[in-house]
Amino acid sequence: MFESLTDRFEGIFGRLRGKGRLSEADVDEVLREIRLALLEADVNLSVVKSLQTRIRERAVGDQLSQALNPALQVRKIVLEELTDTLGGETLRVTYSSKPPTVVLMAGLQGSGKTTNSAKLARWFRSQGRNPMLVGADLQRPAAVAQLRTLAEQIDVPVFSADDDVVSSGAGDPVEVARAAREEARRLGRDVLICDTAGRLAVDADMMAQVRRISTELEPDYTFLVVDAMTGQDAVNVAESFHETLGLDGVILTKLDGDARGGAAISVKEVVGRPIAFVSTGEKLEEFDLFHPDRLAGRILGEGDIATLIEKAEEAFEADQAEEAAARLAEGTFSLDDFLDQMQTIKKMGPLSGLMGMMPGMPKEIRDVEIEDSHIARIEGIIHSMTPAERADPDLLDNSRRIRVAKGSGTAQTEVSQLVSQFKQMRQMMQQMGKSPKRKKRKSKKAKKGGRVTPKGGAKVKKESFQLPTREEMEAQIPDAMKPGGGGLPGLG
Amino acid sequence: MELLIVLLVTLLMLALVIGAGAFFVSRRSVDQASETLIEQPPAETEVLEPEVEVLEPEVVEPEVIEPEVIEELVRPRFRDRLGKARSTLSGYVGSVLSRSEITQASYEELEEALILADLGIGSTQEVLDAVRTRVNSEKLTTSEELMESLKSELVNRLGDVPPLNKSGEGPSIFLIVGVNGVGKTTTIGKLGHRLGGEGNTIVMAAGDTFRAAAAEQLETWAQRCGATMIRGSEGGDPSSVIFDAVEAAGARDADYVLADTAGRLHTKSNLMDELSKVRRVADRGAGSVVEVLLVIDATTGQNGLIQARQFAEATDVTGVVLTKLDGSAKGGIVFAIVSELDLPVKLVGLGEAAVDLVDFDPEEFVSALFDA
Repeated sequence: MFESLTDRFEGIFGRLRGKGRLSEADVDEVLREIRLALLEADVNLSVVKSLQTRIRERAVGDQLSQALNPALQVRKIVLEELTDTLGGETLRVTYSSKPPTVVLMAGLQGSGKTTNSAKLARWFRSQGRNPMLVGADLQRPAAVAQLRTLAEQIDVPVFSADDDVVSSGAGDPVEVARAAREEARRLGRDVLICDTAGRLAVDADMMAQVRRISTELEPDYTFLVVDAMTGQDAVNVAESFHETLGLDGVILTKLDGDARGGAAISVKEVVGRPIAFVSTGEKLEEFDLFHPDRLAGRILGEGDIATLIEKAEEAFEADQAEEAAARLAEGTFSLDDFLDQMQTIKKMGPLSGLMGMMPGMPKEIRDVEIEDSHIARIEGIIHSMTPAERADPDLLDNSRRIRVAKGSGTAQTEVSQLVSQFKQMRQMMQQMGKSPKRKKRKSKKAKKGGRVTPKGGAKVKKESFQLPTREEMEAQIPDAMKPGGGGLPGLG
Repeated sequence: MELLIVLLVTLLMLALVIGAGAFFVSRRSVDQASETLIEQPPAETEVLEPEVEVLEPEVVEPEVIEPEVIEELVRPRFRDRLGKARSTLSGYVGSVLSRSEITQASYEELEEALILADLGIGSTQEVLDAVRTRVNSEKLTTSEELMESLKSELVNRLGDVPPLNKSGEGPSIFLIVGVNGVGKTTTIGKLGHRLGGEGNTIVMAAGDTFRAAAAEQLETWAQRCGATMIRGSEGGDPSSVIFDAVEAAGARDADYVLADTAGRLHTKSNLMDELSKVRRVADRGAGSVVEVLLVIDATTGQNGLIQARQFAEATDVTGVVLTKLDGSAKGGIVFAIVSELDLPVKLVGLGEAAVDLVDFDPEEFVSALFDA
């Protein structure tokens, strides 16, 4: 049902592959598929229409007919248009010269305002600021209690009405906002994040109330919190909130599911403000600035290699990783190395999330849920081996395996499984590492060159990684027929 | 590049190693869970008592009764509450009706209207195909007839709405499930209000042990409608909280157990497994699970169908609760959910007040969306 645009493209392009150029009818067919894919991704109908027009204009232009591979060219146009629509740049937060910098959170019920207020506070803290949270949701039972619990985890103070006022449900959020501002000044807090009650965009009274809060606070940033699963209505909601509050940006939540997040495109198009942050998990640290090109890839159903590389660069020490890679190619990668790499990877966040970002992963692997306890078991097993065994798993005969199993409190079959899988993988990687050395060097250079400026760098990276992947995918069928073609598809 | 390979290797390796192991482990824990439960004679209920904090509000306070009476008078109607949703579609409907005969443009406009209502491409095509067939076979010519056949097709697709189930003996257990932020806890509050108003005794189980202050939120509702609430510790095992609630309900002869669960994305397989376990365990106690209600937010787009499919697989969902229909969202995803998964929509949330959770009525719903 939810075929990605990639799948759809493959269907059409299979038929078009022989053609040197696309006729207008071909383009129309492609556009129809794009429309379906975008609508399935919950992009608003009117936004789809205008996107279609823009893509069509570019696609029937002569640049396309001269392209080597028109099919890939169309795909590139679509990706670029989507990225443009999403807004080219990542938000740069500036701080008020007269602190506190005030942030107002608004949105529908259940979009995730309270959780994301706390996440935002955590983010500001990581930027070296001293945030304070304001519990101005006096509507939903226990909303302030929820905010307090979350704030405790990140050690940020919460300001709200007195407990009895909160529990009466009759408190005035405008009053709370006013007092909060004073309190922040008194305590020397330089960022003030105001959580508000969820409200329907069509509820005139509630919208007037949030407007009063906004007038009182004069926020530097007003963010609309939008659920990534939202459908066609996202546009109406964004319009109303924008009219009432004058939005500065959007926080897109629940992106850790399999929703495509087309609502983001719609909102961006209607409001003309960037998507500032995205929330990608239940943990408070799963929250970051938004990168438009990455979401475009997601809407098209591709992996998110750019984020993956960025995370990897944060976590890995360059020379350490290179050494490990060298050993891998030589076939001397030991269980100790494996353990090291695993520790490093753990720093990059939940493993299942990383899996999802990797393009070309088979669904069975992507869907594997990896829990900390499982990793702990593996660590336990490896730690129960002697250094010699770790360096050379072939040493592990039956009696050694029994010892290791006892030592780690696992079953012998688990030990055997780990050892055999490890050996298999190591062998596979060694074989893969042999041939395409030259190819690897090249893309490495491209990456290093791009790293000097972060913004441009992302682009270079994306091209060096995503485009070859597609070409390789296109080329996969003929290659498979010729022996010895291959290389590293999927790793590119 | 090297980096990426190491990463890939380690990840692949982890996935492979753990993939096999995880299966092993989860199988085992499931087996263990069911074993212990089978061994446990159903009579042994007091054992878990000390861990549990039973909150028993006094019998319904007079203030609570008063608003009930007043609220009863303003029981909401679909037509009133869906006014905003209707207004976005009325342009299309008006345009279709303005034509004297049925043209290709009429179908195109209806298609856009249905897409905007979040029916999704698939359902939209199916509906329009059916309408087209009918128009041709019955030789319909006027735009009014076109609209009528569209509406009747939509109503048909929504099927019958069976009433809420009740168990023959012992407390009837309702399990409320759904993704984050759809309104599960609020739905329980309103459901408690409604069932309580019909003279039933109610126990609420604070099975959302994950979200901060979820239990406090439910507690407020429990106090409002005079229900007993059972809660565990934050971060505790939801199955045991709900099991305790069922046992408590059995002990005090309560009619219903309304069990809250933590919001979870349907893609998190460990959380979905947890939910399957919650259901199995809830069934082993004094009552039986008669309803597993999946709460879907009316603003949800095409992801709603996937949600429903995954939840149905994990817990045998018996019905859907469509919430937040009082905004501008149209909730069209339920058409796909009903026809593809054969899950009836049982209740809808038409507003924030306790009485705003009402039985679903396909005809009222469709006409509230499409009647001028």
